[in-house]
Amino acid sequence: MSRIKTVFDRLGAEQRSALIPYIAAGDPSPAETLPLMHALVAGGADVIELGVPFSDPMADGPTIQRAAERALKHGVSLRDVLAMVKTFRTTNTATPVVLMGYANPIEAMGVERFVAAAAEAGVDGVLVVDYPPEEASDFANTLKAEGLDPIFLLAPTSTEARIAGVARIGSGYAYYVSLKGVTGAGHLDIGDVVSRIPNLKARLGMPVGVGFGIRDAASARAIGAVADAVVIGSRVIEEIERAPAGEAPQRVRAFLSEIRLALDEPVVESAR
Amino acid sequence: MQMAEVPYNFPDTRGHFGPYGGIFVSETLIPALAELSEAYRVAQSDPAFLAEFDHELKHYVGRPSPIYHARRLSDHCGGAQILFKREDLNHTGAHKVNNCIGQALLARRMGKPRVIAETGAGQHGVATATVAARYGMECFVYMGSEDVKRQAANVYRMKLLGATVIPVESGSKTLKDAMNEAMRDWVTNVADTFYIIGTVAGPHPYPMMVRDFQSIIGREAIDQMQEDFGRQPDAVIACVGGGSNAMGIFHPYISHPSVKLIGVEAAGDGIETGRHAASLSAGTPGVLHGNRTYLLQDPNGQIIETHSISAGLDYPGVGPEHAWLKDTTRAEYVGVTDAEALHAFHTLCRMEGIIPALESSHAIAHAMRLAPTLPKDKLLLVNLSGRGDKDMHTVAEKSGIKF
Repeated sequence: MSRIKTVFDRLGAEQRSALIPYIAAGDPSPAETLPLMHALVAGGADVIELGVPFSDPMADGPTIQRAAERALKHGVSLRDVLAMVKTFRTTNTATPVVLMGYANPIEAMGVERFVAAAAEAGVDGVLVVDYPPEEASDFANTLKAEGLDPIFLLAPTSTEARIAGVARIGSGYAYYVSLKGVTGAGHLDIGDVVSRIPNLKARLGMPVGVGFGIRDAASARAIGAVADAVVIGSRVIEEIERAPAGEAPQRVRAFLSEIRLALDEPVVESAR
Repeated sequence: MQMAEVPYNFPDTRGHFGPYGGIFVSETLIPALAELSEAYRVAQSDPAFLAEFDHELKHYVGRPSPIYHARRLSDHCGGAQILFKREDLNHTGAHKVNNCIGQALLARRMGKPRVIAETGAGQHGVATATVAARYGMECFVYMGSEDVKRQAANVYRMKLLGATVIPVESGSKTLKDAMNEAMRDWVTNVADTFYIIGTVAGPHPYPMMVRDFQSIIGREAIDQMQEDFGRQPDAVIACVGGGSNAMGIFHPYISHPSVKLIGVEAAGDGIETGRHAASLSAGTPGVLHGNRTYLLQDPNGQIIETHSISAGLDYPGVGPEHAWLKDTTRAEYVGVTDAEALHAFHTLCRMEGIIPALESSHAIAHAMRLAPTLPKDKLLLVNLSGRGDKDMHTVAEKSGIKF
């Protein structure tokens, strides 16, 4: 069974939501990525989304773009990111790692070569932001053949047909983008998300994670009450940016612990 | 004798030109593109929409633009006859306005009062600001902060026309970053905002739609060539950055196999120096800005910074239809260096009393290279896509002159 499925099955049985933080590989420097990954796990991460830096991250807001630019200054490539995952796996064999990035670095390496190398490194899922399902069925099949989960985005505006497309070719979990806009934006409509998720889960037949716009314990908790996973990216990057040199892992761990605590508080029925 | 026309039906319904084009965007943009595709499909078959577009091109832009026989230049080169399709005579001084009018009319039809655009040198930004003023729309133009500094006059023009120019500080602070930022604005404000892309790139339906609006250039040329010269040209030559002026003049000629199509890319300091913007000649296929096409990228798939003396050609990608025309060999793509383009610029000023845009000077340079190798009865039709007033500072600086 895949690591992603194992995690969601366990959390489902415990009636808890997964916490999925995002960091950009190589930010603020390549040497700090491994300590950060371990800090994420210590802070309560169930899955790690590891960003593959790209020069033109069209779907990301300024925070994640800055993270990618810092990583690219160190020349971090897709191969380097795979090497980081491989090293992470020498001490952590349980926490799923999902690579999140853009199509071009993968196509430059070659899809087949990338998928084989990702499987060998211990990657569990891949989310390519600019591969919508209709352009990615071959890619998804190649991933699945190697036991990796192709993860797709869905948005409030996604039609029934598109949701069915993700149900057909996606696996692992689906990533519901909770607002119109780019990563890190500040106008999340929690009520709207809460009303949509149950129906979406039923039709997808796979867990649903919610991200884009979740910035604190309160919003994480509200989303976690209905979603299978809460994804936090820009807010984690901000912790890394604010941390004094060498202290990013502690900061990130402390921040995530708060979110973890809020997510795991039992939901009082009358408050729903 | 004209050869029989060969049918050409690209793109497919999802925007593919063979392996190129397509829709490579985040899920959040998909509905906006679907809405645009549908609105464009309906507009295209609405006689009222097409009539208004034609009316605006005639009375506001000043079309049709003439074909001019550059006799002195032809004699100077000593071979084939060089003809110019005079897009430089359009209102705003370039072909860009054709497309902006089409998209602004579509925006109005879709009930979107706010238009946004990306711009490099500022030409597309000025054209967008112009039509926004003409139709009473709110206009925001994204421009790399490096370009804002280099193109102060165009920034001021846009402001005069009522547009707000937003400097972009991310990435290389140039055209590609302005495009990223405009996409971000669009995805955030899609309910009331129309994104006017200036070239035949981006996700479907943009490459097709911009080509269709620009195809007025080629359609006019076919009629004018028949009328003035009794035949079609032996070759059509146009500069290619993103490739909208080239696609506009090429497209109606694709089905005429006897007409050679030649796209001229910016070879900058020379392809071998790595300082250029020749995506088709020196790039490899990849995915950027919503479509698959030839890109200038490093071995790790990161987009690299480009160089050209002409800001309008300074783009690391190229429209996907050009990628397809290259692979199928229907069109040929060549490079012209900064120095060659400058030489053509000065020659045209002196020989014909026409100050061409530096972009168009690349196409002229190739025509000047080709003409002497051909007999005098051959006809080369060059798309003179814009006038060079905007390039005074660049050219003067190269000659060591300060204003």
